[in-house]
Amino acid sequence: MARPLALLAFLLTLALPGAAADWKRIRIGVEGAYPPFSELAPDGTLHGFDIDIARALCTELKAECQLVQSPFDGMIPGLQAKKFDAIVASMSITDERRKAVDFTVRYYNSPSRFVARKGANLGVTPAGLKGKKIGVQRATIHDRYVTDLYKGSQVVRYTKQDEVFLDLASGRIDTTLVDSVAASFGFLKVPAGKDFEFTGPAFEDPKYFGWGSGIAVRKADTDLRAKLDGAIAAIRANGTYKRIQDKYFDFDIYGKAPAP
Amino acid sequence: MNFDAIGEALPSFVEGLQVTAILLAASLSLGLVAAIPLALARRSPRAWLSKPVWLFTYVIRGTPMLVQLFLLYYGLAQFEVVRDSAAWPWLSSAWFCAIAAFAINTCAYTTEILAGALETTPAGEIEAARALGMSPALAMRRILLPSALRRAIPAYSNEAIMMLQGTSLASIVTLLDLTGAAREMNSVTYLPFEAFLTAAAFYLALTFVLVSLFHLAERRWLSHLAPRR
Repeated sequence: MARPLALLAFLLTLALPGAAADWKRIRIGVEGAYPPFSELAPDGTLHGFDIDIARALCTELKAECQLVQSPFDGMIPGLQAKKFDAIVASMSITDERRKAVDFTVRYYNSPSRFVARKGANLGVTPAGLKGKKIGVQRATIHDRYVTDLYKGSQVVRYTKQDEVFLDLASGRIDTTLVDSVAASFGFLKVPAGKDFEFTGPAFEDPKYFGWGSGIAVRKADTDLRAKLDGAIAAIRANGTYKRIQDKYFDFDIYGKAPAP
Repeated sequence: MNFDAIGEALPSFVEGLQVTAILLAASLSLGLVAAIPLALARRSPRAWLSKPVWLFTYVIRGTPMLVQLFLLYYGLAQFEVVRDSAAWPWLSSAWFCAIAAFAINTCAYTTEILAGALETTPAGEIEAARALGMSPALAMRRILLPSALRRAIPAYSNEAIMMLQGTSLASIVTLLDLTGAAREMNSVTYLPFEAFLTAAAFYLALTFVLVSLFHLAERRWLSHLAPRR
């Protein structure tokens, strides 16, 4: 008789929501395929600017950090399914995403640009790219932007930005719209990208490109968002942010807030 | 359940259904056509004929289809020789790579299914053919092959259904099949349950069609093996 009762009690503890989260342990969704922000080393460990920032924020909050790898197009569904509590994956703060999740203040901001083969002379307007193949990472701001505005082009969507670069190098697609820092470090500075260059201006329309990259949390977790906001301000002030930035970049990655 | 979101995404699922159906039909027919001579070679007493086929089916069945697809699509594109070759217009197409990878994969399995059916031909059928004075080639064409093809239908129907599920890999090489449509819907609506459940319903319907077709085929060509009434 005692055993079914114990089992029932155990199942009930599983079903009940956990005690009010004190955020001593924060599970953070990261991508691991987006150098230099987030990448997997050959030995299986996660590295990059996003990863270091996530760890620094946990240290600041005296919380245990648990990094959970997830593909980018599964980030917001994963957050809502409570696979993790926050997303640190270079995710741009956009109004569209704000309908589903809440964001902290930004932790960096870099513009987006088209990348194409040197001397390809592509116009990067919708008219100039008519009939061309534009590769983008699925569910990103770049995906939304070209899907909405480049109706005459063929938009080819990939799960990872790495795969976009592979197909750009092999000539399967003509160009990609991508974060300029990710393009520079992940492609243009490596041997595979030596024949490619940025083309056209930097894109910053907040309607699509948002207000920099922030940390996404569930709408209900306002306390976690406030804590992370505070932690971002703290590492900006105490030099930790600068130390992490200097490890990866020789410029100011925090950037300016785009005009609203 | 958000039925509005499903309704809105339905047209892209219908397009995805077409892509899945084309991938399946193309890979199954190419695989089957190539598997018939390969199965004959596999059962040949001559080692130079049977060993290469054995190696082919061993390698293909010994590696995941996902790995084969990656090798064909991303792997080959790495080499400049390949990109400069006459085959590049073909190999640069995601359609070609997906169909080729799927056809090669199903061909290996179908070869083994057919070879197994050839092997288990009842001795009486072979003896009867010999007794009638048929040459080995004529016996193969008139007796062994038709008999083996019929008896392979149940095992082959399994392979066809496995291939249907296998085509879901096409979405990772940018094709918008049923799974691709579900991923698109998920990435726009953040509703993974609705997105993948819709895809599952479409796959289930396709499987039902396949099962019905094979049921008809068995009634048509296997009725001689059914219990007498």
